[in-house]
Amino acid sequence: MIDSVKRAADNPDEPQPYAELGMKADEYDRVRAILGRRPTSSELAIYSVMWSEHCSYKSSKVHLRQFGTKAPESEALLVGMGENAGVVDIGDGWAATFKIESHNHPSYVEPHQGAATGVGGIVRDIMSMGARPVAVMDALRFGALDAPDTRRVLPGVVEGISSYGNCLGLPNIGGELVFDPCYIGNPLVNALCVGLLRKDQIKLATAPGPGNKVVLFGARTGPDGIGGASVLASATFEDESHAKRPAVQVGDPFMEKLLIECCLELFEADVVVGIQDLGAAGVSCATTELAAKGTGGMRVDLGLVPLRDPSLLPEEILMSESQERMMAVVTPDDIDAFMAICSRWDVPATVIGEVTDTGRLVMTWKDEVIVDIPPGTAADDGPVYERPFHEPAGQVALNADDPVRLARPADLRATLLELLGSSNLASKEWVTSQYDRYVRGNTVLAMPADAGVLRIGEVMPGAEETDRGIALATDGNGRYAKLDPYAGAQLALAEAYRNVAVTGARPLAVTNCLNFGSPEDPEVMWQFAEAVRGLADACKTLGVPVTGGNVSFYNQTGSTPIHPTPVVGVLGVLDDVHKRVRHGFTASDLKIILLGDTGEEFGGSEWAHVTHGHLGGLPPRADLEAERSLATVLVEAAGRGLIEGSHDVSDGGLAIALAEASLAHGVGGTVQLPGDDPFVGLFSESASRAVVTVRPESFEAFAELCARHEVPCYGLGTTGGSTLRVEGVLDIPVDELRATHEATLPATFNS
Amino acid sequence: MGAARVGVVTFPGTLDDQDAARAVRHAGGEAVPLWHADRDLKGVDAVFLPGGFSYGDYLRCGAISRFAPLMEELIPAAHAGLPVLGTCNGFQILCEAHLLPGALTRNENLHYVCRDQRVLVESNATAWTGDYTPGQEILLPVKHGEGRYVADAATVTALESGDQIVFRYLGGNPNGSVNDIAGISNEAGNVVGLMPHPEHAVEDLTGAPSVDGRGFFTSILKRFVSL
Repeated sequence: MIDSVKRAADNPDEPQPYAELGMKADEYDRVRAILGRRPTSSELAIYSVMWSEHCSYKSSKVHLRQFGTKAPESEALLVGMGENAGVVDIGDGWAATFKIESHNHPSYVEPHQGAATGVGGIVRDIMSMGARPVAVMDALRFGALDAPDTRRVLPGVVEGISSYGNCLGLPNIGGELVFDPCYIGNPLVNALCVGLLRKDQIKLATAPGPGNKVVLFGARTGPDGIGGASVLASATFEDESHAKRPAVQVGDPFMEKLLIECCLELFEADVVVGIQDLGAAGVSCATTELAAKGTGGMRVDLGLVPLRDPSLLPEEILMSESQERMMAVVTPDDIDAFMAICSRWDVPATVIGEVTDTGRLVMTWKDEVIVDIPPGTAADDGPVYERPFHEPAGQVALNADDPVRLARPADLRATLLELLGSSNLASKEWVTSQYDRYVRGNTVLAMPADAGVLRIGEVMPGAEETDRGIALATDGNGRYAKLDPYAGAQLALAEAYRNVAVTGARPLAVTNCLNFGSPEDPEVMWQFAEAVRGLADACKTLGVPVTGGNVSFYNQTGSTPIHPTPVVGVLGVLDDVHKRVRHGFTASDLKIILLGDTGEEFGGSEWAHVTHGHLGGLPPRADLEAERSLATVLVEAAGRGLIEGSHDVSDGGLAIALAEASLAHGVGGTVQLPGDDPFVGLFSESASRAVVTVRPESFEAFAELCARHEVPCYGLGTTGGSTLRVEGVLDIPVDELRATHEATLPATFNS
Repeated sequence: MGAARVGVVTFPGTLDDQDAARAVRHAGGEAVPLWHADRDLKGVDAVFLPGGFSYGDYLRCGAISRFAPLMEELIPAAHAGLPVLGTCNGFQILCEAHLLPGALTRNENLHYVCRDQRVLVESNATAWTGDYTPGQEILLPVKHGEGRYVADAATVTALESGDQIVFRYLGGNPNGSVNDIAGISNEAGNVVGLMPHPEHAVEDLTGAPSVDGRGFFTSILKRFVSL
C-alpha cells in the first residue's frame, strides 16, 4: 500500500521507524510539527537523510561558522561555503573551483568501489559549478603497512581510484599516503577534484522560474547505496529481497566521462538555469536543495524516474545513491536543445517535474501525493547541536611525555636510511604509477613534487589565452593533531600552503576534510572544536579563506577513535606558469639554501614514530607569520627567476628533504649543517622551512630578498655528484638512497 | 599547399583527443576533429586514433569502437594507403579492426602503469617515423592497463622479418609484451600502432620530461608538405 499524504492524515498514530533511520524522538516530533501531521514514509525518508549528520552538519555547524566569521578579506573569493564547491578568481577571466570530500566508510567495506565512487562524487560536485574538472588528488590513510588488513584495503582503494580516475580522463597530480596503526579499522579516503571555468559561467544549485522543467540525466536509478533505507525497507516492506540492498554504490566511470562532456556542451549552449549533482541522499537532496534555493516550489512525478530495477519503491528511489546522475532546471524553450545534446552523448535524460511557486515540494507516485513539504525545512532547517566537549583525560600526560627523554642515535647515516625506507617516507611510486598523471596534456608538475601544477590551457572552447597556472597540495598530520588539535590543524594548513608556495604559486584559498571520531564523545568533540578554531584562526592570519569542504565523523573502531585528522587542501595561482619552480636538485653547481630556523622539535616526529614508536610532547610550533614571509619570498623569487629548484622541509626533517631533493633528478650534493647538533639539524621537524637551489650569480639578489622579508637564509653547500654528503656526518650514494627509498612498498604489495 | 590536415577521432570515452590535436598543431599541422558517429573522414590527409577508454573498455578494449560508423570509412581508406596512427586505445582499436595483427592484453602484473619509458626506434620506414633513425633511443610515457602485445608465433616471426616492429621497450618491459614489442606497423607502413604516447612528449613545460614525441608529427606533416 502506498503511504500517501491522505493516508498519513487518516492514520496519524501509525508507528514509524524513525529511530531505525537514525532519527531522535525530538527530531521526529519536529517533523510532525512542521507538517502538522505524521510524515508519509517517503517524507520520513527525505527528512531522515537530509537531517543526518552527513547531510546536515548538525554537530559541526556551530563550529564551522568560524570559517565565515573569521574569514580573511579576499578579493579572489567568488563563491564561498554552502554551494557544491567554492569558486575563486584566478585572473584573466578564469576561475577555479575545488573541494575535498571523504569516502572513508564505503572504502573500508568495499575498497575498490568505495574509493572509485569517492572520486566520482567529488568530480560531479565540481561539474555542478559549471566547470570542467581538470585534475584529481587523493589523501589516503591506512593502518600499519605490515598489517594484514592494509594488504586487503590499500590495493583495492588504489585500484578503485586508478580505474575510475584513469577511465574518466582526469590526471591525478598528487595527494598523500600515510600509514598509522590508528587507521587500521577505519582507513581514510579523501578525494579532491579541481575544475576550471570562465568567471561568468558559474552555475548554482537553484530552481527558479515557475514552469521550468526539472530534468534527471545520467545513469538510471538502481537499488545501490540505500544504506539508511534498508531498515525502513525491512520495517515497511514484506518482500524480503528488499531487505538486503548493497549499501555501497557501484561506479561507472564511462558514464561519468560522458556526463562531463555532455554537461560542458550544455553549459556552452547556455541551456541550464540551475544544476545539482546527485550524491549523498540522491533525489531527496537534489530536489529539496534545488527547490529551497529557487522559487521555493517543485512538483515531481517519481514514477517518471528511469529505473534499473522496476521493483523499486518511492522511498528507495528517494534514498538511492546510484552514481553518475545529475539534475538540471531548464526553461521550456531550451528543453529540446538540452535533450538533443544529451542524446548526442548517449546520456539518458528525463523530465520528471517542474518548478512551481507554491513554496511546497510535491511528489506523486501513481497519481497519489506522497510528499508535500516546504523544501527548506529539509534542506536548511535541520537540527543543530551544541555537543558537549572537554579536553581528553590523558591530554596533559600526553603533552608532558616529551621526546627529549628518547635515546638519540649514534649512527645518523643509518637513521637517515631507516627513515627514508619507513612506510610514511618511502617512495609512493607503487601507488602513483597506477594513476594517469598526463592525460589532457596540461600537467606541469605531479607527484612526487610538493604540489601538483597545471597549465590553464584549452580547457573549453572560446577561452582566451592565458599564461596562468594553478598549484594544489593537500596535507595533514594526525600525530601532530593528536598532540594538539589546534596547532595540528594549523600545521596542516601551513604545510599545504608552503607546498604550493615552493612551486612559485601564490596561495589563494583552502578546502578541508575534517576526519574525526564520534561527535557524541566529548573528547573527540574537543579535538574537533580545537581543530576548527585553529584552522579558522590560521586561515585569517595567512589570508586564505575556506571555500568549502566536508566533515567526516564516526571514524572509530568501537570506542577508539582515529587520531584527529584534519586534511587541508590549498589552491594557489602562478601568474606565469612557465616560471614554476621544479622539484629538488635539478642540476649540478647550484647553491643549496635552507630557509627558516631549526629548533629542537621532535614531538610527533617521524623519527620518534619510526625509531621509538613514541607519540608524546608537543608538535612543532606553528609560526604563521614566518610561514607567510617564507611564502612571500618563494613566490617573488620564482617570479623573478631566482630559484632553480625547491622542496619543502617537513616529515623527517632536513635529512629527508635533502635525500628526496637528490632523488628527484639523480643529482647529489654536499652540505654543511648550520647548527652544532647534527641530529637536531637533520631530523627536527620545525615548520616554516624549505630547501631551495639558486645559481651562484643569483645568490646575492636572493639573499637580499630573504633579508628584506626577514626569512632566515643559510647557505648549506652545492649540488652535484652522485652522493649526498653532509660534511663530517654522513655520505650516502644517491643509488643507495634510491634503493632504500623504492624498495618498501613493492616488498609489501608485490609479494 | 596548406598545412597537412590530420584527423583526430573521438569515440565516447576517448581521453587523449585534445592532447593529440594540440600535438598536431604544435608541429604546424591542422587538427580536424572526427566524430565516431559520422561516416565522414572530412578529406583528411592522415588519421590519429588517440588513447582513452572507448565505450568504457568494459568489453575487450576497442572491440566496440571498431564497429563505429566512422570506422566503416576508415578501414577501407587505411587499406588504400591513408596514414593512420593509433596510440594506446587507438592501437587496441587498430588490432580489433584487423588493420594490425595481434592483440593487446592485460598487463602481466595486472596493474595499470603510468611511467616515463625508454623506447627503441626499430624502423623509420613508416609514414609516422621518418624523422627518427633506427636504433635511436627515445623517452615516451606509457599509461595503460592492457598493453601487453601478443600474437601467434608465425605472426611475430613475420613482423620481425618484415621490419614491422617499429618500437621496442628498453630498460624494463612495462607490460610483458612479446619480444618487448611497443609498437608495430602494417606491411605497407602506413598504419602504425603503439602503446606509448608521443602526444604527451612534445612540450618542455608539460607531460613527460622529453620532447621525443615530436618526431611522429613532423614525420607525417613532412610527407604532405613535400607532395
